[in-house]
Amino acid sequence: MSVRPGSFTLGGRQYSPAASLLLATPFLLMIVLAFLLPLAMLLRESMFVPSFTTANYEKVFDEPVYLRVMFRTLRISVLVTVITLLLAYPLAALMARARGLLLGLLLLAVLLPLWTSVLVRTYAWLVLLQRNGLLNDLLLGLGLIKAPMQLLRTEGAVVLAMSHVLLPFMVLPLYAALRAIPDDYVRAARMLGAGSLSVFRHVVLPLSLSGISAGCLMVFLMAMGFFVTPALIGGPQQMMLATLVQQQVTELLSWPFAGALVGVLLAFVLALVLLFNRVVRLDRFVGQA
Amino acid sequence: MIRDLCKSYGSDPAVKNLTLDVRRGEFLALLGPSGSGKTTLLMTIAGFDFPDSGAIEIGGKDVTWMAPNKRDLGMVFQRYTLFPHMSVLDNIAFPLRMRKVSRADREARARAALKTVRLEGYGDRKPSQLSGGQQQRIALARAIVYNPQVLLMDEPLSALDKTLREEMQVEIKQLQRQLGVTVVFVTHDQSEALTMADRIAVLNFGELQQVGSPKTLYEEPASAFVAGFIGETNFWPAQVTADVDAGREVEVELEGGERATVLATHTLQRNQSARIAIRPEHILIGAGRDKGGVTATIDDAIYAGSVTTLLLRTKGPMVRVRQASPATSGDMTPSGAISLTWEARHARAYPLS
Repeated sequence: MSVRPGSFTLGGRQYSPAASLLLATPFLLMIVLAFLLPLAMLLRESMFVPSFTTANYEKVFDEPVYLRVMFRTLRISVLVTVITLLLAYPLAALMARARGLLLGLLLLAVLLPLWTSVLVRTYAWLVLLQRNGLLNDLLLGLGLIKAPMQLLRTEGAVVLAMSHVLLPFMVLPLYAALRAIPDDYVRAARMLGAGSLSVFRHVVLPLSLSGISAGCLMVFLMAMGFFVTPALIGGPQQMMLATLVQQQVTELLSWPFAGALVGVLLAFVLALVLLFNRVVRLDRFVGQA
Repeated sequence: MIRDLCKSYGSDPAVKNLTLDVRRGEFLALLGPSGSGKTTLLMTIAGFDFPDSGAIEIGGKDVTWMAPNKRDLGMVFQRYTLFPHMSVLDNIAFPLRMRKVSRADREARARAALKTVRLEGYGDRKPSQLSGGQQQRIALARAIVYNPQVLLMDEPLSALDKTLREEMQVEIKQLQRQLGVTVVFVTHDQSEALTMADRIAVLNFGELQQVGSPKTLYEEPASAFVAGFIGETNFWPAQVTADVDAGREVEVELEGGERATVLATHTLQRNQSARIAIRPEHILIGAGRDKGGVTATIDDAIYAGSVTTLLLRTKGPMVRVRQASPATSGDMTPSGAISLTWEARHARAYPLS
């Protein structure tokens, strides 16, 4: 069957370009009205109100306090990405080999947190980490420490809680990628003389690269703009970019500067995605998974 | 090489007490219907599965519990298993790389293997750019490049279309002769086994039915199952009329009431029920009332080029007879009664189990 450009097929039916557009209209409307338009207005505020100015952007880069927030956001996001990758890969590998009840339980363990509000999960960490919380009580009870430790409002706590919250977004693409590798590849490699480690290095790892890149990109981008968890777990010393933007808007009513911060974040993230896409060729994996 | 091997999954025995000796340099086909245990057997030889009891030796060394990558075997799988992220040449060089062969050496050997399967010039391509037949040839090159002791093949041609499959059968056979490598080839396709193998091991329900050359299996099948599974056979229920030792001729009463002389494959007793197996090409057609013949009428004639298959109605079952097609058309289907005869050694009586 020949496919006209702009048309697509679904369930064996071919849709004309006009029908495709019609079907996508609600989604496009929402994107434009609820995302692109407010974003454009905010960016306009940062540069063209009342007349063209770059002062807001200069402020972002001139004041060390804002630069520190930016670097902290970047550092925490990279850390969270690395930690979730290291935690998720073995789990996803186990899930890819599991069948039946075990697979169901593992999937539930991954998905259940995802169905729970981020706020609830963050408060759980508050309960665990506070001064007279579970962890401090446990360590005191075991006699490992003499006085309760300061756990909340540390960067470690922020990284820990964010890694937990974002873990499913790493597990799921890894699981999908690992599951798609046929057993026969592993068998063939074993047969050809590869030990378990070589099979992993030369066959499983390269073939799961699509899942690794998808998971890392997703977790990293979400971490860069994460609000709830760092705002609740961290203090002013652990402030991340999203919290800073919120502060500028709700406390200082400084829309233009908030717009500049968003603009910088957006530019940085876009540049990163484009670079990533060039290096890893994301589109090449889309049809493969 | 394989001794007293037993393997069961749950309460279902997949392989029962199987002993099989594969000779160095031979092409052995493991033939059987699905569920006969041939794949289980191959996986156990390969080391992906372990037996409940028994032992496997390769080249005099017990490998029953050895990891697959230590067994020095080659394998070509049913599905295409070239690594999609490596070039064709890197795929072929992979086993050499695992064996710590130097870069220059492994490239030279990989190129030589590529030449052996007549795909020089394809080294830089990705597997996805090759056809199914080419991919299996590369997989073959990858499996022989390190000169393994035994090459295992798990229905490697089953995904290919018929013409290509027949071409590859001959090609693999020639390559095997040329390299002198020992091959164990799993297939459910009896014509493939007959075409390629030096010897065929027929399996059914996890039991070894018969091992022998294609000619032996076709002409002297040891059991009714082998007779039915390899080539085409007419089965005719009958009653034995006298006690007889294995290998002797005996007169039987065929279903339908007529009598014929057949060869007893086992020791049979008077009045024992038996099945007579006769190949379609071993039945001779005579006119009207030949002495000692079995009467029949022609129901239909199926012309298939060089041969014609006749469907005959007898007093017993329907019988198929194959003859060379006559040079002139017509006179193939006389409507009257005809008489069927055969040499006694071609009609083999098996006890009804």
